[in-house]
Amino acid sequence: MARRATSGLLFQGSDWNFVTLSRAYDAIEQVALEEMGLNVYPNQLEIITSEQMLDAYSSVGMPLMYQHWSFGKRFAYEEHHYRKGHRGLAYELVINSNPCITYLMEENTMAMQALVTAHAAFGHNHFFKNNYLFRQWTDAGAILSYMDFAKKYVAKCEERHGTAAVEAILDSAHALMDQGVFRYRRPPRLSSEKVRERARERLEYEEQTYSDLWRTLPQTAESRDPADAERDASERKKVLNLPEENLLYFLEKHSLILEPWQRELLRIVRVIAQYFYPQRQTKVMNEGCATFVHYTIINRLYDQGRIGEGHMLELLQSHSNVVFQPDFDDRRYPGINPYALGFAMMQDIQRIATEPTDEDRDWFPSIAGNGDWMETLRDAWANHRDESFILQYLSPAVIRKFRLFHLADRASDRFVEVASIHNERGYSAVRSVLANSYDVGANQPDIQVMDVDLLGDRHLRLQHNVKSGIVLEEGSRDATLRHVRHLWGYEVSLAGVDPQTGRIVYECSTAKSA
Amino acid sequence: MPNFIDRRLNPKDKSLGNRQRFLKRAREELKRVIKEQVKADRIIDVDAAHGVPMPTDGANEPTFQPARGSGERNYVLPGNKQFSAGDRLPKPEAGGGGGGRGRPGTGESEDDFQFVLSREEVLDLFFEDLELPDMVKLSLKETVLFKPRRAGFATAGTPTNINVGRTMRNSFGRRLALHRPKETELTAIAEEIARLEATPELSPKDRQRLSELRSELNRIERRRRRIPYVDPVDIRFNRFEAQPLPNANAVMFCLMDVSASMGEREKDLAKRFFVLLHLFLKRRYERIDIVFIRHTDEAREVDEETFFYSTQSGGTVVSTALEEMIRVIEERYPSQIWNIYAAQASDGDNIIGDSEHCAALLREKLTKLCQYYAYVEIIDERETEIFGSTDNGTALWRAYRTVDGEKANFQMTRIAKPADIYPVFRRLFARQPATRTRK
Repeated sequence: MARRATSGLLFQGSDWNFVTLSRAYDAIEQVALEEMGLNVYPNQLEIITSEQMLDAYSSVGMPLMYQHWSFGKRFAYEEHHYRKGHRGLAYELVINSNPCITYLMEENTMAMQALVTAHAAFGHNHFFKNNYLFRQWTDAGAILSYMDFAKKYVAKCEERHGTAAVEAILDSAHALMDQGVFRYRRPPRLSSEKVRERARERLEYEEQTYSDLWRTLPQTAESRDPADAERDASERKKVLNLPEENLLYFLEKHSLILEPWQRELLRIVRVIAQYFYPQRQTKVMNEGCATFVHYTIINRLYDQGRIGEGHMLELLQSHSNVVFQPDFDDRRYPGINPYALGFAMMQDIQRIATEPTDEDRDWFPSIAGNGDWMETLRDAWANHRDESFILQYLSPAVIRKFRLFHLADRASDRFVEVASIHNERGYSAVRSVLANSYDVGANQPDIQVMDVDLLGDRHLRLQHNVKSGIVLEEGSRDATLRHVRHLWGYEVSLAGVDPQTGRIVYECSTAKSA
Repeated sequence: MPNFIDRRLNPKDKSLGNRQRFLKRAREELKRVIKEQVKADRIIDVDAAHGVPMPTDGANEPTFQPARGSGERNYVLPGNKQFSAGDRLPKPEAGGGGGGRGRPGTGESEDDFQFVLSREEVLDLFFEDLELPDMVKLSLKETVLFKPRRAGFATAGTPTNINVGRTMRNSFGRRLALHRPKETELTAIAEEIARLEATPELSPKDRQRLSELRSELNRIERRRRRIPYVDPVDIRFNRFEAQPLPNANAVMFCLMDVSASMGEREKDLAKRFFVLLHLFLKRRYERIDIVFIRHTDEAREVDEETFFYSTQSGGTVVSTALEEMIRVIEERYPSQIWNIYAAQASDGDNIIGDSEHCAALLREKLTKLCQYYAYVEIIDERETEIFGSTDNGTALWRAYRTVDGEKANFQMTRIAKPADIYPVFRRLFARQPATRTRK
């Protein structure tokens, strides 16, 4: 074993103070920026206690959040598990903002603080700043001030309209949070005030250009054949921009009964849902990236003789806890561990880029043996989400390592079938099924606003495109539908339609269930 | 260099508001659960934190969820050991395991987790809608409770009560009126002097100017000293007036039989009843006197500690306790001023002939003195069957029955097992309709 210099240690012992923290930070920063070429937002590291960590947990990880009973429920839940020792708290929490805020727990040892700094302040931070989803959908610079606004706005509404009224709206809005995101285009930036402004301007323009002569043109005779009705329907769908997948957006803009402040509340919930949408689509990549970064950095620091062997053991132990993947028949199996999968895939990319096998050359001709693993990884981090990342980069080696297999489960059968396993014939099937299971858009019920006759009975028609026969759980479906009705103000019906055959699978309505 | 911020000293309990909202929402259900738990558990447990299952009614958050067991699903799981493609595995009967485990989620386990309520929250829920009936004698004479109320401003008071706004307003007005030279004037002159002094050669004009400036500076300084920035005459204090609060004087007499006939079980039940009563009183009425009387064939007023924990035994003469109570009332709690309550627990055994005496004491004296008198008889579980709710019973029970019919402010009931205690307690102290007629 080579002799290592020990004089350059960044810290000794397990206690931390602000001097050692910033010394470690500087060393980590040097490796991250100069050797790995990461590109990060400025960092803000905040030291918090475990109680504050619990607080942050229950307010969906935001430093500022409006008040709502469901956060109290979540807090009780987290606290229960923490007190019972069912689960430890995360060592850190990082917020996609500019500056990037990382929470460090006061209980961590110095070595852990270094690990967490590398993991969150550089790994996650780089991912937030460079991944296309975050760049496209979230505005890191504005989120904190927006949350501040949201918190104050909700508090003001509670003061003016009463807690119960605000809670009723927020309850309904929370129920539709999953249906409150735009998936395929940038969210419109216009606020409701802006829209009114626009309408007013258009009206003024029409008034100015109004010509009385037009009125004297002869009217066509009233004829209402079915074709006309259809044209009417398609016309009004066009006006309302239907079908619309973002239910919260539709209700915010078109509900007939909401007051302006209620619309603003819907907007707040919708903005928050949209803000978190990229995070839900990149769990594996985000955690994998952060884990890979911390692993690379601490190993590099160890090689430089700046982290002692004792600390290295501690770090490796907690690293292997983080990337532990129990088997499916293990009692501890909670699903595929995103840290484990992401880290394994990224390590594998490093291997493919530097020491490819023949198999790798077959599967990944473009990156195998290109030597520049860091560039390959940076490119993957910037341009993929979980689904596409797995589809593109999951190698047979990783499939074998995890011994992944594919189970097909049809509700009509009394058995589940092992469709493919980690062998030559199964690799691509396993890969595409796994990738598909990370597609948030495909796994969530696809519910859209289809039609509403604003001049008629104002009945709101929703359509659920039933994918592979998976219907909705009835109790929660009806309860959620009642929330939609609460926000819409008139009857709401939901039809489950099989998109392939156009057959109606089920139908329900608030008029019947009420 | 990153920006380190130490947040450890930030205010805690950021989510306390959320917790209270949640409690409010789940109140009814939590109340029911706590009552059931306390009924099943030991009564003494009410005085502690409680874990309750997460309420489901009113606190669930519905969303559109895919139904289990419908359609076709595909899972990828790690850790294949013996399967090869095409193997068929039977589904487990009641869903759950097998394929369903492909979904990681916190949602499923949320139902069975316990939610811990603090002692205060438990007691609040537990004693909601209970009160001492007929608390009518409000006395202003004996007030000991005052509530400070803001009443304008005063020129004298303690430094903590200084009203800074008022004081500075006065000071500002006075300074304006008396033309107190400003700080800026002073520094301007001082600077000019310094400038002139620094010049090596002074013309006679400058020299004169310098002496003028010096005297001006002198004048300003003296004036500033004479007219202080804040003068004692400026100072105003917030004035508080002590506002007397109407005071309901209440005393609770706890009478317990500790004679030999009371076995371990009976004593335990009686004590539990009184523990509950004690907790209730302490919780709901901040200032209430509690008098503990225990009796065998002689009665003695004792302190709380002795009442609950010490052992003593002997024969049984119930009337001694009633007499002791009457003595204490006459001595310390005149019934014109005091709301008097009493709870008596006994196994109903009494020396022959004394029960009628007790009933007479009750009828003639105590029910007139007391707002409310509750008698709890501890009986054997087997006896419940024999006695039922009939007039049948021990000598004391039969004697008290005669009073029960006559006096509206007298209640009697039986406890046979720990589970009875709470319902009985609730029945005795349920909040009465506002118009309760007495006599």
